[in-house]
Amino acid sequence: MLQYFLKRLLSLGLSLVAASVVIFLALEVVPGDPASYMLGLNAQEDTLAALRQELGLGGSILERYTAWAGGLLVGDFGTSYTYRTPVAGMIADRLWVSLPLALYALVLSTLIAFPAGIWAASRRGSHADGAIMGVTQLGIAIPNFWFAMLMVLVFAINLRWFSAGGFPGWDAGFFVALKALTLPAIALALPQASILTRVIRSSLLDTLGEDFIRTARAKGLSKGQALWRHAVRNALIPVLTILGLQFSFLLAGAIIIENVFFLPGLGRLVFQSISARDIIVVESVVMLLVFAVIVVNFAVDMTYAWVDPRLRRRR
Amino acid sequence: MRLRKFGLGLVSALALVASVGMAHAKSDIVVAMQLEPPHLDPTGAAAGAIDSVLYSNVFEGLTRFGPDGSVNPGLAESWEISEDGKTYTFKLHEGVKFHDGSDLTADDVKFSLDRARADDSQNAQKALFTGIESVEVVDPLTVKVTLKEPNGNFLFNMAWGDAVIVAPESIADIKSKPIGTGAFKFTDWVQGDRIDLEKNADYWGEPAKLDKVTFKFISDPTAAFAAVMAEDVNAFVGFPAPENLPQFEADPRFQVLVGSTEGETILAANNKLPPLDNVKVREAIAHAIDRQSIIDGAMFGYGTPIGTHFAPHNPDYVDLTDNSQYDPELSKKLLAEAGYADGFTTTLKLPPPSYARRGGEIIAAQLRAVGIETEITNLEWAQWLEQVFKGKDYGLTIVSHTEPMDIGIYARADYYFQYDNADFQKLFADLTAENDPAKRSDLLKQAQEMISKDYVNTYLFQLAFPTVADAKIKGLWENQPTQATDLTAVYWED
Repeated sequence: MLQYFLKRLLSLGLSLVAASVVIFLALEVVPGDPASYMLGLNAQEDTLAALRQELGLGGSILERYTAWAGGLLVGDFGTSYTYRTPVAGMIADRLWVSLPLALYALVLSTLIAFPAGIWAASRRGSHADGAIMGVTQLGIAIPNFWFAMLMVLVFAINLRWFSAGGFPGWDAGFFVALKALTLPAIALALPQASILTRVIRSSLLDTLGEDFIRTARAKGLSKGQALWRHAVRNALIPVLTILGLQFSFLLAGAIIIENVFFLPGLGRLVFQSISARDIIVVESVVMLLVFAVIVVNFAVDMTYAWVDPRLRRRR
Repeated sequence: MRLRKFGLGLVSALALVASVGMAHAKSDIVVAMQLEPPHLDPTGAAAGAIDSVLYSNVFEGLTRFGPDGSVNPGLAESWEISEDGKTYTFKLHEGVKFHDGSDLTADDVKFSLDRARADDSQNAQKALFTGIESVEVVDPLTVKVTLKEPNGNFLFNMAWGDAVIVAPESIADIKSKPIGTGAFKFTDWVQGDRIDLEKNADYWGEPAKLDKVTFKFISDPTAAFAAVMAEDVNAFVGFPAPENLPQFEADPRFQVLVGSTEGETILAANNKLPPLDNVKVREAIAHAIDRQSIIDGAMFGYGTPIGTHFAPHNPDYVDLTDNSQYDPELSKKLLAEAGYADGFTTTLKLPPPSYARRGGEIIAAQLRAVGIETEITNLEWAQWLEQVFKGKDYGLTIVSHTEPMDIGIYARADYYFQYDNADFQKLFADLTAENDPAKRSDLLKQAQEMISKDYVNTYLFQLAFPTVADAKIKGLWENQPTQATDLTAVYWED
């Protein structure tokens, strides 16, 4: 087990270094000068030069990479070109929106997908199964931003149950903040729940066809007992993989939903920073997201080993 | 019977609630706009969003723009101009305090002007200050500014958001904690979401009628529509979805103000790139364009056609749209005369705003009709600045010039459209040196005519500025003589 763990950890470290190089180089070649973006059409050359000087836009690529990557190692993400505040603080503020939103959506999608998937699998071929498959097909097909706008139209404009967007902050109270995140979380959760339901169903169906289930039935367990005691746990591996991917997606992929609900999250920060050529913010946020994805995958790998003892022994 | 009694009770209860509501007019407001300021120092960036939040609300200059674009006294209650037009002596208001409690003195004015024109200045409009020879403190409430040359625009220049007076001790934190002299104080900024202001109880002038102001930033047009419809925001200045305005106009809950701006939207041509260096070709382009169909198609009918680079609401404006009437036949004839009977191909580079992206498609179609093919490239702002504005690597582009009174850009030969005309440069120099209003007006008219006849660019329309607000809000600015959301006179009607 320890060897497995160390191996995974090493590959995690190498992935991070490789990612940082790729991110840095990719963004270095993006054309556009943050100073002229800031100072606009009437700026004089000497003013631009003064600003570039202050932003530290000089130096060779290697120097800038080592300064940035070295800073990251000790938790210093640098200073934003446009906002002129430490990037770490900006990211932390935004994480307080994006992370709870991703978790909220993940919880919703899990709460929907597990019962629906298990139910559909246990009644394979029934009307209920058909209905669930139909609904999830729809859930995958509908673009989440469109669904989001539809919800705003119904629940914010017509019924006035929710506000159309914005985030009052956690200071305003836990439930007030949670309420503000509810529509976005549902919009994000819908397609995820649909995918997850289908994965759970098909994974369970595969497992239910295995010999050990027949054995379990033969020794006298009812269909339901066999399902709950033996099938569900064995069907979990592909489900965990999808869950891991979904969490990373929810964290990094909420840009459009954040725009629809004008939430001050990470996605909007990246969006604004790219157009302002606030490269240092983009680099750091993307790096953080890569880090999150890699760590989540690492955690998923570890969970495999917990769910499936064979994985621990083999390596 | 019982039901009716209950109904009656409910009605009277509602009436009671309503009358209580009536007794106190609201004193807080949530104003939304599309773009968030990158930081909060109006003297250190071009972003109009900074002024949209802070101009006149938090920061004030020696002079200030009124809602109609006139230049009024600001922190300076009066001034004297010397005979030769080179010396301006400003008398400051007494008892003006910065929001940190310190007094405004002539030293602060000297500091602000010197900072803006210093070698390491990061002022986006440094050109406004480079004509200053020296700034002297005469006494705590009197400051004397000496210019290198007479400048008839000086008082106008001092009204810009980039010329506001700042306190020396606030500079270190000004980007996140602005300290000004205005009727509102900055209280909080939740980046990505909102900026809060509160009433300045010690304001030197007419106090603000609102106690609390929240600016919210909603960039997505659909989200903007939803936020106003759901009444999450009380007003949306610069509403980004003109297609939805009729819906708000029909709804008694809202008022729609469509004001004018200083934004001349032009189809700019690279005057040094063949064949656009030929005035006949540029004239042909101007006649190939049907402005009204662009206004209707790209702006849903909002916008005023212009024939030169000047704002139509300005008293000195000359309507020169006749110089470039829509006439495709004439356009083809001019192209043939210029030797391009079979047309030519050029680039059309479009920045992100919808006037450019949507207008660009229409313009490309209209140009194709007279034989000019365009290769459309969509650019982000940073790319546009790099390629078009700085690199001058383009044939045609569409952009709105939002700075007030910016006809002077035509006197800059190295400006991105590369119009190099000694006559215009002389005319503009004369204008700058002129202080007499009548003569200035005459020169301004000549300048407008000259660039119109030279077909430097194709002048399309003046950008409209739509505001959607709760019907009970009064005192909002309708027009945008400068980028500002001056809330000092805004109040809720009872």
